[in-house]
Amino acid sequence: MDIPNSLRRSAHALTHDWGRRTVIGIPYLFLFVLFTVPFLVVLKLSVSETDGIRFLDLLSYADGVVHLKIKLSNYLFLGSDPLYVETYWSSIKFAGINTLICLAIGYPFAYFMARSPANRRPALLMLVSLPFWTSYLLRVYAWKGLLDDQGVFNNVLIWLHLIHQPIRMMHTAFSMTIGMVYAYLPFMILPLYANLVKMDLRLLEAAQDLGATPWQTFWLVTVPLSKNGIIAGAMLVFIPSMGEYVIPELLGGPSTLMIGRVLWDEFFSNNDWAMASAVAVSMVMLILVPLAIFYRYRADTGGVRGV
Amino acid sequence: MTSRLGKAWLIAGYFFLYLPIVTLIVYSFNDSKMVMLWGGFTFKWYGVIAHDTEVLDAFKLSLRIALLSATASVLLGTLAAFAMVRYQDFWGKTAFSAHINAPLVVPEVITGLSLLLFFVTCERLFGWPDRGVLTIWAGHTSVGMAYAAVVIQSRLLEMDKSLEEAAMDLGCKPFQVFYLVTLPLIAQSLLAAWLLTFTLSLDDVVSTAFLSGPGSTTLPIVILSRARLGLDPTVNAIATITVAVVSVAVFAGSLWLSRQETRRAQEQAAAYREGMQQVAA
Repeated sequence: MDIPNSLRRSAHALTHDWGRRTVIGIPYLFLFVLFTVPFLVVLKLSVSETDGIRFLDLLSYADGVVHLKIKLSNYLFLGSDPLYVETYWSSIKFAGINTLICLAIGYPFAYFMARSPANRRPALLMLVSLPFWTSYLLRVYAWKGLLDDQGVFNNVLIWLHLIHQPIRMMHTAFSMTIGMVYAYLPFMILPLYANLVKMDLRLLEAAQDLGATPWQTFWLVTVPLSKNGIIAGAMLVFIPSMGEYVIPELLGGPSTLMIGRVLWDEFFSNNDWAMASAVAVSMVMLILVPLAIFYRYRADTGGVRGV
Repeated sequence: MTSRLGKAWLIAGYFFLYLPIVTLIVYSFNDSKMVMLWGGFTFKWYGVIAHDTEVLDAFKLSLRIALLSATASVLLGTLAAFAMVRYQDFWGKTAFSAHINAPLVVPEVITGLSLLLFFVTCERLFGWPDRGVLTIWAGHTSVGMAYAAVVIQSRLLEMDKSLEEAAMDLGCKPFQVFYLVTLPLIAQSLLAAWLLTFTLSLDDVVSTAFLSGPGSTTLPIVILSRARLGLDPTVNAIATITVAVVSVAVFAGSLWLSRQETRRAQEQAAAYREGMQQVAA
């Protein structure tokens, strides 16, 4: 029996359509349930009134009137409490300094990687991404052993008779900054490398032919061409380091206020879920702008993180 | 740029990246009560952790969660990568792609807290789920699938689409095309994604701390609680084992991947030559 061609075609379209729906639907649903909905829960808890330990519903119905109650006191407190305001500033400051140092070290690093002989590049690249594969927590912990009063650096300096008393490095802004730079440097190098290695070298030759010095070529051609890599790398460093918890916890001290750590303490030590939620929402607001910049420029360097 | 400056910069950079790891390894063999004062060579810390039930139990649990979440991440990440690369536009694609990329940059304290509050709300409403393996798995998978999607997506983008079209022209059904042509071509990226999400899960501490319950302590949680108290030689021993295992696995993995890459390129070139000869004849 012959099946009409048109029928066959529509049957094909139907299975294709179902396939398409499954392929899109499953991950969509998963992320919606485990990413969007949880954030909405946080948003709700940050503005709900509490009755003892129970959070009350935002909407209530009484005498034919729907009441919407939104409690803003958590946010008002965040905006007026000097400790919180200072913590936000300090988080932005540390994340900004971290980004600048990573760029200053990482740009030349990625540049020299990209300009080294092609057969050596895969090995160089693997050496940058290898630390990714070893535990981040342990790599941060390792700095404790280096920077401690009885740590490697102090021991070496004393042994060299450069100092007599150990220098206090742990639990300071210095130890935290060095830990952050260390943890985030590969996130700067990898997108920059991906960008620089693709660069059309004939453009540099053209600049030189037209009389530019190597420095001029670098600043007027190479750097502007790698703009997208710089932005992607900077955002990959800036955004997560603002919410960093492990590094301030292990390497920071009383002077290194970070918002991620405050959120943690608010939740685990003070058991204040509403306040922790408000801090989380305010953190999201803070990273929204850099996040938008990141999405805009990410197309150029997609998929370099972590591999 | 002089190449001498370049070399010096690279050497200094790699020194910075590897110095802490080397220190961890060296001091794991240190026979001294003062963790950072050298007191001779010893294996005793390895003996200590081999009998440390807290570490061993935590390690087993971490391994179990990492296996489960890496597998789920790759399955979901493959679907997500296909949706992103193969379907030009669908309702909410921008939102979808933002969703896929968000877990890569959103600080973990936020994802951890929000997932926990979500699960607590569910538990109050439906009496399920308890905090434990399932909740940790969910947290790791929602981040892991984003990483897996990025890795697989970049492979799909560089893949030669004409191979799939040829299979389609020769009468393959969509599922056959996927199974016989696409899957072998992206197999390496699936493996890379699996390894990456496996190590990420094995290493995760922040969201795990939010999502774990009593009796579900993973290895990073144990490490964090010991590291908080100060320097601990058992942590150095754990670190050394991790580094050794991971380096061997990554080295072997990348060797295998590059071999596969060369072989595939050769096969493709050979097939192309054969085809051209047949056309000529």
